[in-house]
Amino acid sequence: MISPNRLAKLIGAALLTGGMLPGGALAQDSVTFSSWGGSFQDAQREALMKPAAATLGITIKEDTTNGIADVRAQVTANAVKWDIAEQGSNSCVLLTKEGHVEPLDYNVIQTDGIDKGVIGSHHIGIIYFSTVIAWNKEKYGDNGPQNWKDFWDTEKFPGTRSVYAKPYYNLEAALMADGVPKDKVYEVLSSDEGIDRAFKKLRELKPHIAVYWKSGAQSAQLLKDGEVDMIALWNGRAFTAIKDGANAAFTFNEGIFDFDCLVVPKGAPNKDLAMKVINEFLKAENQAQLPKYISYGPVNAKAFDLGVLTAEEMARVNSSPQNAAKQLVLDGQWYVPRYDKLQERFDAMIQE
Amino acid sequence: MTAAVTPVGTNAEALAADSRRERRRAFFLTSPAALLIAVVVFVPVGWLFWLSLFDPEGALTAENYTRMLGSPAYVKTFKTTFEVSFVVTAVCVLIGYPLAYLLSQLPARAANVCMVFVLLPFWTSLLVRTYAWLVLLQRKGLINTWLIDLGVIEQPLRLVHNFTGTVIGMVHILLPFLVLPLYAAMRSIDRDLIRAAANLGSSPVGAFWRVFFPLSLPGLFAGVVLVFVLCLGFYVTPALLGGGRVQMWAMRIESSVNLYANWGAASALGVVLLIVTLVLLWALNKLFGLERVFSGR
Repeated sequence: MISPNRLAKLIGAALLTGGMLPGGALAQDSVTFSSWGGSFQDAQREALMKPAAATLGITIKEDTTNGIADVRAQVTANAVKWDIAEQGSNSCVLLTKEGHVEPLDYNVIQTDGIDKGVIGSHHIGIIYFSTVIAWNKEKYGDNGPQNWKDFWDTEKFPGTRSVYAKPYYNLEAALMADGVPKDKVYEVLSSDEGIDRAFKKLRELKPHIAVYWKSGAQSAQLLKDGEVDMIALWNGRAFTAIKDGANAAFTFNEGIFDFDCLVVPKGAPNKDLAMKVINEFLKAENQAQLPKYISYGPVNAKAFDLGVLTAEEMARVNSSPQNAAKQLVLDGQWYVPRYDKLQERFDAMIQE
Repeated sequence: MTAAVTPVGTNAEALAADSRRERRRAFFLTSPAALLIAVVVFVPVGWLFWLSLFDPEGALTAENYTRMLGSPAYVKTFKTTFEVSFVVTAVCVLIGYPLAYLLSQLPARAANVCMVFVLLPFWTSLLVRTYAWLVLLQRKGLINTWLIDLGVIEQPLRLVHNFTGTVIGMVHILLPFLVLPLYAAMRSIDRDLIRAAANLGSSPVGAFWRVFFPLSLPGLFAGVVLVFVLCLGFYVTPALLGGGRVQMWAMRIESSVNLYANWGAASALGVVLLIVTLVLLWALNKLFGLERVFSGR
């Protein structure tokens, strides 16, 4: 029970803080930001949300999302709660195509230092993540698989594998394993024969794939429990699993770069303020804070020029210049027109 | 079934009027429940069906249904769903029947205590139980570690992330649904009938198979139908223990929601599952006379 005296103090304090908000902003000025939850959202809170809220003098409310269906549901039901939603790169393009998101206001959002590849009319990148090869050190020691050829080489590296339960990353990885250089992957995939070639290579590895993982948490658990000997998973998950005691290692070599982006759902209640918040999230000095908390990288390359990151942080962040050079960038646009067909073909292949 | 006795004269008229009145009363009394069912079941199901007939642009289409025939992924998922359901139901019967029999033969007090153990897992979250199986069954899980330490096996068994794991998890969750109706049916069997069979010269095994077993069948069928129908719509357990390779109908519905920009594709899957389930219930009813089972006669 709170004593009346204490309650009065609390109310007084609340009134006081309300009156002291900078910029004359009202206490009810707020935006709702929805991200993926967990340690990921914790990192975003520290690095992005707190500075943005302080600078703009607003409150950033949080929610979590499971993906594209959430945004669609809110928009189609005319019950939009979120002002900013984080989604996968492919989902952002799809949502734009479907007309479920607002156009972004690039008079407010500054894009200096951000790669053109992650900027769309209705979405903008927020962090980079990579799909990397990780392995169990108990099984392979320090010399685990260093590239996709090794991942496919079941004689040199016998053991069970795990990959994502979606065509993303898998098609690219299969082609690299089949000898396609990383800068030629999408050139090969531009033809039907190229897609067939990727599926053929995937089918080859099928008997050795023990698990097709569906969530980031699951992939980390598989690595940590030693359930599989090698796994293609997101670098942040691999990093956390190892930090939590997994006897494993991973390489950025031939990693596949992908990004998360921000969208403003159509009919968002605080659309204009959302643009300002997005701009704050993308500022180099805020982006440069991200690597302190997670190993997913800033999209704003200027963050690396500020000199606030230590050599160790530069080495572990996937989008630092030294790591980015080793990787392939996933082409979200390539997937959009054919994604449903690819996913169904992939599902059929898994079940064959 | 027709009434065995046909009443005659004024007495019959009075009886008929009375029964009409009673029927009316019963109708009024059940109308709130009927209304509720209509609102929470028939309207949404009808809406689901309606949605399944449109494409993302809102044009009338059969595409959501034809897609299922064209793609091998759907056909395979359909087969997997039934395979898993058959196997899980069969294993449930194999484990559940002896269990229910044992319980029904125990003194009431002991049976009640044992019943708590059957029900206990029933009250634990399905998700928690499924994760617990993951911990037990995985490569470096308890079961494999023990078996290797005891020298029973050299290489860990593949118990999870496949069909086996899915079946183990589902059987554990669904067993009470078979045991409960079966136990109730067995309890209500008159023991004097078994004694009478013995008295008439039947061996204990003979009395079981010729008297007890047929009398327990209605309970068994009720349990089988419950388990089988619940299996058809299972999601969490196959998703977590199937390793991505065991894809069931409900999982396909989920992926359709994410894959296509409208509810139509997923609705069509829901409609198909519903129709198949109803057809199945109808067929089982024809075969085993389920209305007899559910009416408890």
